[in-house]
Amino acid sequence: MTELLDAPRRTDGRTPRPPHGPAGTGGRRPGWSGSSGSALARFGSAALGLLTSPKYGPVTVTAVLFVAVFVVGGIRYRGFFSGQVFLNLFVDNAYLIVLAVGMTFVILTGGIDLSVGAVVALSGMIAASLLQTGWSPAVVIPLILVLTSVLGLLVGLMIHVFKVQPFIATLAAMFLARGLCYVISQSSISIVEPTFVQLAVSRIPLGGGLSVTPSVIIALAVVALAVWVLHATRFGRTVYAIGGGEQSGLLMGLPVARTKVLVYVISGFCSGLAGVLFTFYTLSGYPLTAVGTELDAIAAVVIGGTLLTGGYGFVLGSVLGVLVLGVIQTIITFEGTLSSWWTKIFIGALLLVFIILQKVLTSRRR
Amino acid sequence: MSNVTSENTAVPRSPVVEMRGISIGFPGVKALDGVDFRMFPGEVHSLMGENGAGKSTLIKALTGVYGIDAGTITLSGAQVSFSGPAQAQAAGISTVYQEVNLLPNLSVAENIMLGREPRRFGGIGWRAMRRRSAELLAGLGLDVDPGSLLGDHSLAVQQLIAIARAIDVNAKVLILDEPTSSLDADEVAELFRVIRSLRDQDVAILFVSHFLDQVYEICDRLTVLRNGTLVGEYLVEELLRIDLVQKMIGKELTTLDDLEQRAHAVVVDESDAATFVSASKLGRRGAINPADLPIAAGEVVGLAGLLGSGRTEFARLLGGIDRADTGELTIRGETVRLRTPRQAIARRIAFSSENRRDEGIVGDLTVRDNIVLALQADRGWFRPIPKKKQDELAQSYIQALNIRPGNPDALVRNLSGGNQQKVLLARWLAIAPRLLILDEPTRGIDIGAKAEIQKLVFNLAENGMSVLFISAELEEVLRLSHRVVVLRDRHVVADLENDGLTVDSLLTLIADGRVASDDEALAEIEPTPTTQGGTR
Repeated sequence: MTELLDAPRRTDGRTPRPPHGPAGTGGRRPGWSGSSGSALARFGSAALGLLTSPKYGPVTVTAVLFVAVFVVGGIRYRGFFSGQVFLNLFVDNAYLIVLAVGMTFVILTGGIDLSVGAVVALSGMIAASLLQTGWSPAVVIPLILVLTSVLGLLVGLMIHVFKVQPFIATLAAMFLARGLCYVISQSSISIVEPTFVQLAVSRIPLGGGLSVTPSVIIALAVVALAVWVLHATRFGRTVYAIGGGEQSGLLMGLPVARTKVLVYVISGFCSGLAGVLFTFYTLSGYPLTAVGTELDAIAAVVIGGTLLTGGYGFVLGSVLGVLVLGVIQTIITFEGTLSSWWTKIFIGALLLVFIILQKVLTSRRR
Repeated sequence: MSNVTSENTAVPRSPVVEMRGISIGFPGVKALDGVDFRMFPGEVHSLMGENGAGKSTLIKALTGVYGIDAGTITLSGAQVSFSGPAQAQAAGISTVYQEVNLLPNLSVAENIMLGREPRRFGGIGWRAMRRRSAELLAGLGLDVDPGSLLGDHSLAVQQLIAIARAIDVNAKVLILDEPTSSLDADEVAELFRVIRSLRDQDVAILFVSHFLDQVYEICDRLTVLRNGTLVGEYLVEELLRIDLVQKMIGKELTTLDDLEQRAHAVVVDESDAATFVSASKLGRRGAINPADLPIAAGEVVGLAGLLGSGRTEFARLLGGIDRADTGELTIRGETVRLRTPRQAIARRIAFSSENRRDEGIVGDLTVRDNIVLALQADRGWFRPIPKKKQDELAQSYIQALNIRPGNPDALVRNLSGGNQQKVLLARWLAIAPRLLILDEPTRGIDIGAKAEIQKLVFNLAENGMSVLFISAELEEVLRLSHRVVVLRDRHVVADLENDGLTVDSLLTLIADGRVASDDEALAEIEPTPTTQGGTR
């Protein structure tokens, strides 16, 4: 039986593959770099390799796309080509960046987290209601982060211990979180607490008239931490290992079980933090807020080059994915006449293209 | 029989692994029964046996995957008891599985080092990791960039990288489970070079392979198992291949009964014996080397060979399950390319898989549904077979094949193996095939059902159906076949009329690829196969 299964793998394994990766580190094979005489040919094959690599291909396409869209915007609209427009992509999407970071961990393991949007709303509701009753932000914010992490832990345990599909487990968590929002209040609660207001309105000058919000700094810190964790720790590599082959990871003696649970804790924590950042942005809690945001986060991660089947992708790619979503939104704002729903249509089309791209890349490779 | 020949020879050192009286039982089966096994440092040892002999169970006992019910395992003189693969690995027993259990999405260095990676500032020490893996790869003589993605390398290189990972844990014992099953000749040579260099470093290597040539090329000593018991331990150079095959299959040449050559009595009507299907240089890389095979209408062709000889792989090409990458297939004079089983079925070729449970029956459907499945699929789903017709079909096959219980509404998973096989046969017979490919139709079923299935094959052939019959039981192949095609190491080594063929002569062919000289006038068949009816 096993020999039978081996047969197709065999032929695939033997097809010669172009080198991939950034020049120099990729799997250079003598036949490729050696035989292509001219530097141009070598560059061509390196570029081809970069594009067809499941690791770097999609993220490269995303980077090119982002630059292209930004340049098109700059040519079409006056005032588009400014540093502040670029920085506002971060200002407006700080919470989404944090969400996408958490989602990247989950998707890298081959899972999915549908609860993040509802958890954003829930943390906003908790923050608004507790601040209304006079709690200190120094207590409220850590409390939210702990609660959402615990929710993530429960989801992770449900997935790991009871072998529930991540889709179903996080769907349950989504309904739970959304329902709890209404338990807290049916209507919007505005936040007047001075620290929150201060954080909402303050700008950190970067010189040259440019500025960002504190949320951006927090989001970028989360990104930096996530990059380090994913690339330089055993936990991070285990996340990739699970996506590449859970069974192989187990046989290698990696802590697969713990890691699988932890990614949902991370996603829960990130959702809580994103919820806090979102309240800095809106200064209110509302049960119906952030409906569908989980899908924005997933879209950002996928457009950012992370394979939905797991194993390939980067946090920085997801950030790029958020920026692509942001720049499309900005263009539609600049266009003025288009309804903001066009953003959704563009994102939908883009997502389709990227999913197909992923399919093509993985089928080429495997 | 089970005397250990090596006790007479000078054994330089004490064994690194010694397993004594190992017994392991699963519900209803005794997988291993009092098996002794040992390995010496600096030797390549092979574990031989057919399907169900207990090879993989023994390996799993040694690597801590299975607990043992009785017996002792001694490693370097100390008795050990592993509760899992991690412990066995820590004790120096490393395994490289047939499926490369590595991660294609990570770098070569990570695949070698992950799980015991060097640390730096609380994270992974990438530089130390690359340096160490580069050393290991260089030690194996591999020119591979540790930073490259594993998935970018060929399966052969991945296999060697898996070995690099295995030996990094200072392995005393390295178990290679079917490492060559997907490698070509050059890659095998490369692997053997690595195995020899490890052997010279005093690692004990367990090399498990179906390929006799490779076993004879690389191994020093081998242990034969059969049906969960030890047959014996032998020095490879002292054991003739024919003897090895006999020990694996369990037949003494001298004690073989003369089999009734009933098959031969059935004379194919030559005038009507137009070749129904003919394979010409049909092959698939890594599965079966290009081979010819003509099958006449009403002819039963037996495929004989050990597991992994390419017998199933060849049949799968004819059944459209796998695509051939060389050669062509002619059906009634018309050249066809079978891309899917559906196309094969449309040309009235039915393939019944050896993997009855996963590729055959649908356990949760009834007997009736299982029987009409292929016919319905062939008609197309928008032309449902009327319920009445379904019942008639099911009833007639239940009677014709004596399927029990004779209830068309019984769930197939509740039937015995033999009856499941009959349901499967009924499914294919319902589409009225011209060529029926039966891969191990009688494996694991009781003797009564076996006889019934054999009789059925006879009757089908008499009625003009061609049958390609695969079985590990050579007697059965001889009893049923008009012609026997022998495969060995993915080559067709002989294509013989079943005229005076004996189990002996088949065994010799399977073992050596040539006919024993004292046998009857059977010339060794080289590339040109017997043409249809040529020797009649």
